[in-house]
Amino acid sequence: MSLPAASDLLLPLGMAAAAGLIGSIAVMRRMTLASDAISHVALPGITAAMLIGANPVAGGFVALVLGAILVWSVEQKTRVPTEAIIGVVFSAALAIGSMLASGEELIEALFGAARRPSPAEAAVGLLAAVAVIVFAVRARSRLVITLVSPDLARTIGINVARTNLVFLLAFALTVALGLRYLGVLLMGSLIIIPAATGKLLARSLSGMRRVSVGSAMGSMLAGSLAAPALGVERGPLVIAASAAFFFASLLRRPEA
Amino acid sequence: MANALEVSHLTVAFGKTTIIDDLSFDVKTGSSLAIIGPNGSGKTVLFKALIGALPSRGAVRWAPGTKIGYVPQKLDIERDLPLTGLEFLRARAEVARAPQEEATRALGLVDLAPETAAQPIGTLSGGQFQRLLLAFALMGHPTVLLFDEPTAGVDEPGQEEIYGLFGRLKREEGLTLLIISHELTLVYRNADNVLCLSRRRAWLGPPVSILTPERLQEAYGAPAHFHVHGDR
Repeated sequence: MSLPAASDLLLPLGMAAAAGLIGSIAVMRRMTLASDAISHVALPGITAAMLIGANPVAGGFVALVLGAILVWSVEQKTRVPTEAIIGVVFSAALAIGSMLASGEELIEALFGAARRPSPAEAAVGLLAAVAVIVFAVRARSRLVITLVSPDLARTIGINVARTNLVFLLAFALTVALGLRYLGVLLMGSLIIIPAATGKLLARSLSGMRRVSVGSAMGSMLAGSLAAPALGVERGPLVIAASAAFFFASLLRRPEA
Repeated sequence: MANALEVSHLTVAFGKTTIIDDLSFDVKTGSSLAIIGPNGSGKTVLFKALIGALPSRGAVRWAPGTKIGYVPQKLDIERDLPLTGLEFLRARAEVARAPQEEATRALGLVDLAPETAAQPIGTLSGGQFQRLLLAFALMGHPTVLLFDEPTAGVDEPGQEEIYGLFGRLKREEGLTLLIISHELTLVYRNADNVLCLSRRRAWLGPPVSILTPERLQEAYGAPAHFHVHGDR
């Protein structure tokens, strides 16, 4: 048994911070189920990339970006509810992905793998995590006003369609970041569960973001440290830790 | 231009259903226009077309340099949304690249206590939330304010207070006001002109000529009553 080096924790923790910030907005936008579903869109991209010998994370990212643009454009042009669009896209993505992958590959894509990223992958991943964090901090006011009322946002000059698209793309990038560690199924959970904990405990946006980021990073750290000790995969442990934070928060929820 | 707003031949349709058909009217700078009419007559749709949130045909011309403040109809806010009133106003200041003190100034204009604004927005009462939205609208130093049912869900003293506030803003800040309302008594007492929409046609004029039993019967398809206490 050996503990991970600090440098091995940098990318997972950066990714968790990005997930906590993006998750805060997703949960406030009532995208709890939708967010989980969007992450599954990565599956056909991962399996297709494996089939042609390309980088699976890059394949997953391409599929996520295409999925985000598809959901956004259908949302813009039709009156079909977002939940319905995402439900259809998610089911289709799962079906295509599972047709393309073998049993072991499918499990790896869904739950992540223990392989270490190459230095280049780690550098790209860190850059992407920083990009998501910078976006979530800089665009927070636009995002918050848009989620309270798109009409109000328009009257003060916010481009609502562009704000929604950039948010979905940042969401896609965040999911792609976690694909290697947590896989498709668990990454959606790391975005949503810490943010749901934040919503339960906080009464302000700044409080929610602090709890969400803290819970995501704490879960990642706990899972990363406990995995080698227990001899199990990191991904499920990270999600179990974030779920434990959530259930513990139910006991401490302040009165509204 | 002496008019803050000129609307000519405005038509808004959803698919084959026309909601507003060939509507034309002007609003004088510094005046107040109340928009009344039965449910489904297109009042909110008209506002959304005026702010460009809905596609429309015809012309909507705002006076050069117009800045619009919009106070929407009751918003669907979750009670446990973790966002305080102050954070909401500060977000507004950040988008406008205005100093954060703008939030404090706007709260003062609408008489909303800072400790009330520090609460999550989902826990504010109807009247407090309306004031917060009004403060949000005032932060951009608007020349025109659009209110969509500002007193819906607010008790009678609260309604009087909100209309009193409108009168003060109109006098002191020189604002042009467009107000959608079902409170015909308050409209009668506070509006310079009334635009009455029905599903078939529209009427425009001073309250005394629009708020007549015959006109209201025709617009609403049923008698609509209101009470006038004393002189305007």
